[in-house]
Amino acid sequence: MRMTGLFRSIGFYTGLLLFCVFAIFPAVWMLITAFKSNTDLYNPTNNPFLFNLPPTLSHIEFLFAQTNYPIFLWNSFLIGIIVVAITLLLAVPAAYSLARLMGHWGEHSSIAIFLVYLIPPTLLFIPLYEIVTELGLANSIWSLVLVYPTITVPFCTWLLLSFFRSIPRDVEEAALTDGWSRVGVFFRVALPLALPGITTCVVFAFALSLSDYIYAAVFVSATASRTVSAGVPTELIRGDIYYWQELMAATAFVGIPLAVVYGLLFDWLVKGFQVELPRRAAAPPA
Amino acid sequence: MAILEVRGLAKHFGDFKALKGIDLTTMEGEFLTIVGPSGCGKTTLMRLIAGLEKPTAGDVLLNGKPITPLPPRARNIAMVFQSYALYPHMSVADNIAFPLKARGIAKAEQERLIHWAAGILRIEPLLQRRPARLSGGEKQKVALARAIVRKPSLFIFDEPLSSLDAQVRAVARAELRQLHDRTGITTVYVTHDQVEAVGLGDRVAVMQSGTLRQLGSPQQLYNEPESTFVAGFIGTPPMNLLEHGGTIVGFRPEHALPRAAAPKSADVAAFSVRIKRIEFLGAEWLAYGSADGQFGNVNVLCRLRPETVGKVKAGEVQEFVVARHNLRFFSKATGMRAGPSPI
Amino acid sequence: MKSGGRAGGQKEPPQAPVRIGLADRDGAVGTIMLAPAIIYVIGLVALPFFLAVALSLSDATVGNPGIHHFVGLGNFVSAVHDAAFQFALRNSVIVTAATLVLLTILTILQVELLARDFPGKKLAEILLILPWAMPVALAAVGWLWLLDSEFSPIDWILRAVGLLGPGTVLGPANNLFYLGREWLGLGAIVVINVWRTLPLSTIIVLAGRTAIPDELYEQAALDGAGYFRVLFQITLPALAVLLIVAILFTVLVIFGDMTVVALTTRGGPGYTTQILPYWAYLKGIQGGELSEGAAVALFLFPVLLAAAVLVLRMAYRREE
Repeated sequence: MRMTGLFRSIGFYTGLLLFCVFAIFPAVWMLITAFKSNTDLYNPTNNPFLFNLPPTLSHIEFLFAQTNYPIFLWNSFLIGIIVVAITLLLAVPAAYSLARLMGHWGEHSSIAIFLVYLIPPTLLFIPLYEIVTELGLANSIWSLVLVYPTITVPFCTWLLLSFFRSIPRDVEEAALTDGWSRVGVFFRVALPLALPGITTCVVFAFALSLSDYIYAAVFVSATASRTVSAGVPTELIRGDIYYWQELMAATAFVGIPLAVVYGLLFDWLVKGFQVELPRRAAAPPA
Repeated sequence: MAILEVRGLAKHFGDFKALKGIDLTTMEGEFLTIVGPSGCGKTTLMRLIAGLEKPTAGDVLLNGKPITPLPPRARNIAMVFQSYALYPHMSVADNIAFPLKARGIAKAEQERLIHWAAGILRIEPLLQRRPARLSGGEKQKVALARAIVRKPSLFIFDEPLSSLDAQVRAVARAELRQLHDRTGITTVYVTHDQVEAVGLGDRVAVMQSGTLRQLGSPQQLYNEPESTFVAGFIGTPPMNLLEHGGTIVGFRPEHALPRAAAPKSADVAAFSVRIKRIEFLGAEWLAYGSADGQFGNVNVLCRLRPETVGKVKAGEVQEFVVARHNLRFFSKATGMRAGPSPI
Repeated sequence: MKSGGRAGGQKEPPQAPVRIGLADRDGAVGTIMLAPAIIYVIGLVALPFFLAVALSLSDATVGNPGIHHFVGLGNFVSAVHDAAFQFALRNSVIVTAATLVLLTILTILQVELLARDFPGKKLAEILLILPWAMPVALAAVGWLWLLDSEFSPIDWILRAVGLLGPGTVLGPANNLFYLGREWLGLGAIVVINVWRTLPLSTIIVLAGRTAIPDELYEQAALDGAGYFRVLFQITLPALAVLLIVAILFTVLVIFGDMTVVALTTRGGPGYTTQILPYWAYLKGIQGGELSEGAAVALFLFPVLLAAAVLVLRMAYRREE
């Protein structure tokens, strides 16, 4: 009996370890590479996981001082902030409306909304490219500011839907009987109580606008206006020479903090899917 | 003090008829309890009165004026929810002030009213706390303070005691009734517990399956039930109901006496009862048995006073008598109250 | 509405008259709150979709982008006859299918691990979500280096344990050219896809896993059921719906993604690892043939639509 318990524990932690290694192996390799000196890195006989020569910051310096990376970071940051603002303006009221004011189907529209989020940019990028060009926005960050909410608004509406649904109905009804209109209830009760959800949305909207490659690469070709996702794979390669350490530092610098943030919000994401799975429509109240 | 009237109120959810046309009028300042089993429609009725749902048909009137088209905030009705529904992100004082803010009442006046309401419910030391740090009983008091602070025309209580421990409940019940008596505000109190309903209400409305079965004082409901449903629902233990041909005969457990204990001269009907078990309850005993013979082995409960207990033995068949004026007759077909039948 | 004057002898507080307006009508408020998001999504999602259809039926190019001439299904016909397109179609299907199979198995296992509490769970969540959290393009660049044809650390490990190199199982070369060979390249794409989507599918299925009551498992333990019996008879049936939802979502993500291929194999060698979305991009944007690119991209649509419809039916069939 004791042995099976021990086996189970060992099996459990081994499995967990394997999955964790699989998940972070590329990121670990990115981090190690970023600090490796050229002679160490480009020697195929060296153990790649050890610093056979002392680690160096020279590549990090190069990345930030001698490439356009800081420009990419700034563009991504600027686009992110504006897209977050637009997203909140559109998604917060939409999610509340679906959660409380659009009846049964609105409440349970979660999966449908997530589907809109999953519409691939590759289906739409050609016509959107035309539209963006027509509007004279091609090659500027504004083309992305215009288009990114098509990704962030569905996602954030989906996330906020579960937040608004989790506010107890009777707290809102108490506010209605206490003397507020529906609009008053939204601003004075629902919004304050959904603050954690709204914070989560800010984080995700920012992260999602960072993550897009297709629109960023297609709509913007001018280096000065590129985002991190589009700029790093294209601009840090001079001719045929890959500046691997710089490349890896560039990817790790953005990717790893994002992973930490997403990871801390892991449970909210699970919750977003939990409210879904509509059971048989609840029996009308007694 | 206001008079609430409900006319022909009906509510359908698709095919499901939660309310099938209710007519009800309260008296000024009365404490009306609405009671019934789960699914009877009492919650729906309450929500329609408060304005949280729109009726499929019918009207709600307050002091003669139809309020059916009005949203909840325009009805001047205060509601206390089963879960109290306190605003978690506000202090107790802000919770109580919330309805006053909605009406644009000046700050100074708000303060005065908050302290007045908190004083009545003795929660003044709690004013700066958050709901998360209150006990169940304290939360209920805050909910009550929030309800009375704006002097509504009508109170609606939705099972306000069901979340409380049994000990706290009895005290809370008395306090609720005192609050009503002190403020004089017409109160509608919804509960599934008929003991509570009968104990608290000036009048009691019994509902079943979306209809109002009977409305009357607790005594009326207890002594003169209009249907077998009410007879079996009100009173603990409920009325004994025995079939006799096309009639159902009913009598309260305390009205059945062993023949030997009954006064000889009384005008009584007699039943043979096979005693199955006798239970000691302190002030009285309960005898469980089944009615023999013509009544077809229906289970019967009799309340025995201690002095009559010695005459009753488990396992035996005994004759019990009930004074005829304590018998109630119901039509077997409809379950409704009927005139006396010979038995 | 005046209330009783018995209320503690207090004066009636002055009450502002209640004006009822639009703000009280739930239906109106709800519509107004929802409208901006709907209009935006329709404007920038639905409209472009129809534009894509219109484009695919025209002869628009980057130089001449207007939709002037209707050429019928000509673009679709010429697309299908393209050798590159045929590879792209084949690969899109194979890669998606292989990804789904692997993903299903790994998701079930990972969900089993995350279903219970253990010390360090928060750290594990951070680590396990990284593949999805990292922007696709950056992750692709990372894998590009990880699978480098000269300096891949994976090759180094394989060499160190004697599986790679002259005279070994995987030899004779010192490196595996993951991104330069057809089937190795497709395999690499599948692995990257699985790596990338595992966190999302885990989260979706985990949402359902936590809803399974513990009593079921306790009862099974009392009944003496072994690990795999519990897995197949209790866990999987309960998770079935969400698992299918997760799989269908993954179809949408993988089938429509071009970033991984664009940044790793580039569709090569030749066209052998080409996939539909990337081919649409090469044709439409790089090649300038907007209409032909749109036509290729539209081949994605039937699969995406089927997946979406299935998801909706799965998720909402319990409504009946």
